[in-house]
Amino acid sequence: MDFELSEEQVAIRDTIRELVQDRVAPRAAEIDEKAEYPKDIERLFADNGILGIPFPEEYGGISGSSVTICMGIEEIAKACATSSLILAVQALGSYPILVAGSEEQKKRLCPPLASGEKVAAYALSETGSGSDAAAMKTRAKRYGNEYVLNGTKQFITGGSVAGTLVVFAQTDPEANHKGISAFVLERETSAWLAPKLEHKLGIRGSPTAQLVFDDVKVPAANRLGEEGAGFKLALAVLDRSRPGIGAQALGIAEGAFDYALNYARDRKQFGQAISSFQGIQFMFADMATQIEAARHLVYLAATKVDAKGADLTKVAAMAKLFASDMAMKVTTDCVQILGGYGYISDYPVERMMRDAKITQIYEGTNQIQRVVIARSLLK
Amino acid sequence: MDFSLPPQHASFRDSVRELAQGVALVFAAEVDRDHRFPDESVRAAAESGLLGVLIPREYGGAGLDALAFTVCIDELARACASTSVIVDVHTSVGSEPILLFGTDEQKKRWLPRLASGELLGAFALTEPAAGSDAASLQTSARRKGDGYVLNGTKVFITNIGRAGLYIVFARTGPGERAAGVSAFIVPAESPGVKVGQVFKKMGLNGSPTGELVLEDVVVPRANRLGGEGEGFTVAMRALDSGRIGISGQALGIGFAAVDEATALLKSRTRGQGEEFWLADMATRLESARMLAYHAAWLCSSGRPFTLAASMAKLHCTDTTMQVALDALQLAGDEGVLAGSPFERHVRDAKALQIYEGSNQVQRVVIAREVMRV
Repeated sequence: MDFELSEEQVAIRDTIRELVQDRVAPRAAEIDEKAEYPKDIERLFADNGILGIPFPEEYGGISGSSVTICMGIEEIAKACATSSLILAVQALGSYPILVAGSEEQKKRLCPPLASGEKVAAYALSETGSGSDAAAMKTRAKRYGNEYVLNGTKQFITGGSVAGTLVVFAQTDPEANHKGISAFVLERETSAWLAPKLEHKLGIRGSPTAQLVFDDVKVPAANRLGEEGAGFKLALAVLDRSRPGIGAQALGIAEGAFDYALNYARDRKQFGQAISSFQGIQFMFADMATQIEAARHLVYLAATKVDAKGADLTKVAAMAKLFASDMAMKVTTDCVQILGGYGYISDYPVERMMRDAKITQIYEGTNQIQRVVIARSLLK
Repeated sequence: MDFSLPPQHASFRDSVRELAQGVALVFAAEVDRDHRFPDESVRAAAESGLLGVLIPREYGGAGLDALAFTVCIDELARACASTSVIVDVHTSVGSEPILLFGTDEQKKRWLPRLASGELLGAFALTEPAAGSDAASLQTSARRKGDGYVLNGTKVFITNIGRAGLYIVFARTGPGERAAGVSAFIVPAESPGVKVGQVFKKMGLNGSPTGELVLEDVVVPRANRLGGEGEGFTVAMRALDSGRIGISGQALGIGFAAVDEATALLKSRTRGQGEEFWLADMATRLESARMLAYHAAWLCSSGRPFTLAASMAKLHCTDTTMQVALDALQLAGDEGVLAGSPFERHVRDAKALQIYEGSNQVQRVVIAREVMRV
């Protein structure tokens, strides 16, 4: 048993922490206000190897460990949830290739992602197919050595800025979820359209795109796994990415906690710092405890990803569920501690509270997590 | 990072589980109903060496670490919460202070008897007017000749009447709160050691709790644990690891409640709302398990663990209280009947939020550590 990060991981964390404090934190409020994708932060992460964290060295990356990915996401999310999604989605969009790709596909598709030359995205959801992913309508028809894709994907994080996109589509609509296949689209050869970006409550700098595929041609060599293996792959990928959402929620909560704690020490009422009131101290004690509990659950799930643990599906769902519910509660309490100042956008905690909400919704709503957990307990 | 139990801990857990399920569980409902001491379970635990988990081999113990202790108490509590608290208090606050603060002489004299279970240990800190504010205790230890004379009343003492040895905290200095407190090893057979009222409680009915009355009890200087005025340090350190034990106890009650609720839901038609409850119960308990293991791991590896132990105690016991209530709710009518494990878990769980530092005190400790206030 060992609860600590390795020396190498600590070194990576410290590098990210410094970079985030210097370059990301000062941009966070502006990114949120303008709701613009922070291309500068993407380049910063690319130049510093952060986008290479999801990939093993053999594919041009620096790690490939889920623990390291989670640690990176957590560090970035402490300052800016939008920016943390750049790494989280790089991991999400790459997992299908790393999990189901052939050696040739991994060698061909991963290096430009690992170097940060390109960013990845993952397109599963559709308007009529959210929690019920098997109900998707996007169609892929084979013609010789290529497939032609038609359909519309909804709520695709980073779908408008990605250079590499993993798309799930029906190759055999009669077979329902067993007719779903996965494809890797590269923008230069298989361009898709992103006609609409959503206006959102939080993570406002992260583009959430509707993607349209209108006779988009994809080489058959870019199909991941067999025809019909896509649905299983989509679920396997979510098992691996959910700890990352937990890590994001954890980082958001920690960022809000640290801000609120400093504020409470400075803020004087009734002639004393509000941090000296026991009612406020108990709020901090509860928040710190819940954050700590979430942290260990998130990293437990991450170690299960790395070790291919038998109960990964359950533990990943638990980590995502607990950490995101915790982050919603903690950020709400941090707004409460700042009072009126917490509610206005001159202070960062209201943004953090808005950013926290999505972690309860995406990559499987927390209701879906409960379905997954209950199924595992009651099987 | 690796959160899995080391193989030797996993096999230790399996052996404790066998004993707990084979013996302690059999008597759990009965000792609760009859408010009687679980002699069979405690004897079985002693015979298997579970009363010396933390005591080094050279003193006849198993020489295991805080993680093994947590696992041990967890497994016992899954079967019988009363048995688990008896063993927990004996092992942590009732014996460990001698291990940590005793002289070689004291260790040689007392630890083998505690490890074998010949003596059950107990911890006498709380007084009627000194609960969370332990430093205000009034029991006196007056110097006389080569020893001390103790007078006072201790209250809410676990293992009362069954213990062969009490670690007693008393005032040797005049009035200076924590700095005037010293710790003593007081054998139960010492003249003047009396059992006062034994309380009727809402839960943990097999574990006797009551008053320890000290009337002119002569204690030789050889039985003072640590220096004069070091008693409060002894008490606080004992409670730090005591909190790891209570976390383990909470996990055991919580997992028992979840397992029983799972079996119940499997056996009947159920709604999605009920399944979601179960998912939440199991998730929160898993997060609690991680905090308990974290505190135990820090302690086992010689790192500071006061904050982690308080967080574990707070989160494990609050979680288990809620889990026990939710499990009872899922069980419905059947669960509220006397003799049902569901209602027993609710009654047993409540004590955990209160003893070894109420959860308000845990919040004070946590806030002090994280806020530096």
